[in-house]
Amino acid sequence: MTVGPAWYMLLAAGLFVIGIAGVLTRRNALIMFMSIELMLNAVNLTFIAAGTALGDLSGQVAVFFVLVVAAAEVVVGLAIVVAVYRRRGTANVDELSEMSG
Amino acid sequence: MSELVIFVVAGAGALAGALTLILAKHPVYSALGMLGTLFSLAVLYVSQLAHFVAAVQVVVYAGAIMTLFLFVIMLIGVDQVEDTSETIRGQRVGAIGVVAAFAILSGYLWLSGIFSWEVVGTGTEPVNGSIEATGQLLFAEWVLPFEVTSLLLIVASVGAVGLALFKPRKAEDE
Repeated sequence: MTVGPAWYMLLAAGLFVIGIAGVLTRRNALIMFMSIELMLNAVNLTFIAAGTALGDLSGQVAVFFVLVVAAAEVVVGLAIVVAVYRRRGTANVDELSEMSG
Repeated sequence: MSELVIFVVAGAGALAGALTLILAKHPVYSALGMLGTLFSLAVLYVSQLAHFVAAVQVVVYAGAIMTLFLFVIMLIGVDQVEDTSETIRGQRVGAIGVVAAFAILSGYLWLSGIFSWEVVGTGTEPVNGSIEATGQLLFAEWVLPFEVTSLLLIVASVGAVGLALFKPRKAEDE
């Protein structure tokens, strides 16, 4: 029994769904952030699986760009979380409501 | 057969790590679950001959990014208990409903066979994910996006330094 691209797509969908659940249900900014990284990884898996199935190496190159953007996002996002924590003393997103109208 | 075994073991590892990530009370356990997911995905990449991407996944993601996450968790969140009360009533129930709908949609698409495509075009020989092949594609066809990402990284570094120079005392004086 060979493992076709559909299997990887299903696994990636599962990981993506778990990531969505993490963002929607957790209130710790760091865990929400890691859930977003999980979703990016699920998308990377679909890129690799599709690239392998279609015989196109560009799928793997696309993963590099997703990875670079994820790294830049982590740098800025964690800097924001640390700056907010230094000012407010919390990483709970529900307590950061100063900008609500 | 061996690919099936690798897929089942690494896929189960990835899902277990992801569930640990969103279910663990303590952020450090979440980070460790994420680490397990990243390693499992690297194994899946190797089983699909994406060797260089797998190495980058371990070095950059599991090495650099997760270390940064652990630093920040140790810095700010290690002894915080998460408040589980809902600000918006019914949010968690709604969230789980949305997630279940998405999962059912994914399963339906899988059963409908939309992903069971056949190999077409140049795909008669397996993809070679070695450093040479990937690098040649990266520096020939994709060279402009590659250079733009360097600009993106510089902007991100400057932004992070700017945020680190933020002074909370000044805000209290106002």
